[in-house]
Amino acid sequence: MIHLFRNSGFDIVLDVNSAAVHLVDEMTARVLRILLDRKDTYGSEELAEPELAREVAEELDQDPELIAEILGELSELTAVGRLFSKDPYEALVPKVMDNKTVVKALCLNIAHDCNLACRYCFAEEGEYHGRRGLMSAETGKKALDFLVRASGSRRNLEVDFFGGEPLLAFDAIKEIVAYGRELEKKHDKLFRFTMTTNGVLLNREVEEFANREMANVVLSLDGRKEVNDRMRPFRGGQGSYDLIVPKLQSMARARDGKQYYLRGTFTSQNLDFVKDIEHFYDLGFRELSMEPVVTDDPQFMITEDNIAQIKDEYDRLVQLMREKKDAGDPFRFFHFMIDLDGGPCVYKRMSGCGAGTEYLAVTPWGELYPCHQFVGQEEFLLGNVEDGITNDEVSRRFKSVNLYTKDACRSCFAKFCCGGGCMANAYQSSGRIDGDYEIGCELERKRVECAIALKAFGSEEG
Amino acid sequence: MKHIKTLNDKTLNMTVKKGGCGECQTSCQSACKTSCTVGNQECENKKR
Ligand code: SF4
Ligand code: SF4
Ligand code: SF4
Repeated sequence: MIHLFRNSGFDIVLDVNSAAVHLVDEMTARVLRILLDRKDTYGSEELAEPELAREVAEELDQDPELIAEILGELSELTAVGRLFSKDPYEALVPKVMDNKTVVKALCLNIAHDCNLACRYCFAEEGEYHGRRGLMSAETGKKALDFLVRASGSRRNLEVDFFGGEPLLAFDAIKEIVAYGRELEKKHDKLFRFTMTTNGVLLNREVEEFANREMANVVLSLDGRKEVNDRMRPFRGGQGSYDLIVPKLQSMARARDGKQYYLRGTFTSQNLDFVKDIEHFYDLGFRELSMEPVVTDDPQFMITEDNIAQIKDEYDRLVQLMREKKDAGDPFRFFHFMIDLDGGPCVYKRMSGCGAGTEYLAVTPWGELYPCHQFVGQEEFLLGNVEDGITNDEVSRRFKSVNLYTKDACRSCFAKFCCGGGCMANAYQSSGRIDGDYEIGCELERKRVECAIALKAFGSEEG
Repeated sequence: MKHIKTLNDKTLNMTVKKGGCGECQTSCQSACKTSCTVGNQECENKKR
């Protein structure tokens, strides 16, 4: 399977199965379009047939020698497995499925409570379809014990402090992290702690702690003041922007090269979200992420009708990134990052996000759920930190989903970049964890195209 | 080649042999928590 697309003035070909990316000239793009109109795939000998060159040349009204030359190059790439390459991976599926599942990452919902009342919050202002509560240090420690037990020989373990707002339980966080450091030595593990915060409670002490202990800090802000304050008010209704922006800026500065992300959410109310990203940039942030909202609230949800506009915004974002880079002060956008020469192995790319298998969420009371977005939905309760996973049925269901079990993914050019999408989104839109969320897919495909196009710019300079 | 410029050297099939160790970060933990993209994750297998 190949995908031919145009972005930012480039004609680009992605050979899906080999992940080879080719920049082609305009005539080659026209030739490929004719070929793809006829059928999906070609062999190298077939492409070298003089008869094919004659036919295509005639159709394009071009010099047959030129067309033969182009087809010759296409044939060469095909012969070395970088164009029209076959899918050799499906045979690996049983291997991926049979692997004994080890848990390597936990989302600790340390606080089911929040000091903000964001209007799209899937955690329902921290309540997660349930009651408010903070996790005790004791439960947190049990969660780490569980992780050490369930992780087998896996050495790198991840623990994210999430909420609600995790800093409402800062004292417990400190105790849990200290306990984790003890476990590391005892069991030869490495804990990578991270935290997602709305910034309200950031202060010098938290900064110092985070810089010492946290591999990544995700800071939430939605963009321009009016956008942020509409979506992220305090419980009393007043906006949060003025209070949190200086704190977030201070935290980002304090990271001093250590990883952080400033993360925003866009809704149908700010489809011009590149303005918000530009605002982040103007505030001094350089590591950015901006996500479509997950909600079924008709006031904010992204619909079919918004897609064209969002795609245009992503193109605008590519231009903005180019401009800033040319001006010598670039920024990164999480969803446009792609490593064409490295990046994850095919096993990771086909096994999806890991929710319910290698990644679990823990409630303040120690219950285990497949991921933070399933928390509180009783039918997905997996077990608890003391007894481990007891609901094998749910666990099996999550494990059985991979790139090759979803028809839409099989034929999707973005599959090895996407990995099969978000099961929580799929569940919300289709009622099945292996269902489709077509809007999410459309946007993911566009982001993949933009990410590749940015590399094309890079190659022109090099 | 005159008409085509290939942007990468490695291909995905090269990862079949040595991949799958599982030491890398879980996708959803890294920045967003509402979606999944694996293409932007880093491999942590030094032997690959
Ligand atoms: S660390 Fe690399 S080789 Fe190991 S599973 Fe992750 S992507 Fe694959
Ligand atoms: S974009 Fe959609 S169809 Fe394509 S791989 Fe991702 S989830 Fe599957
Ligand atoms: S189901 Fe969605 S939200 Fe949950 S871990 Fe997977 S990608 Fe993340």
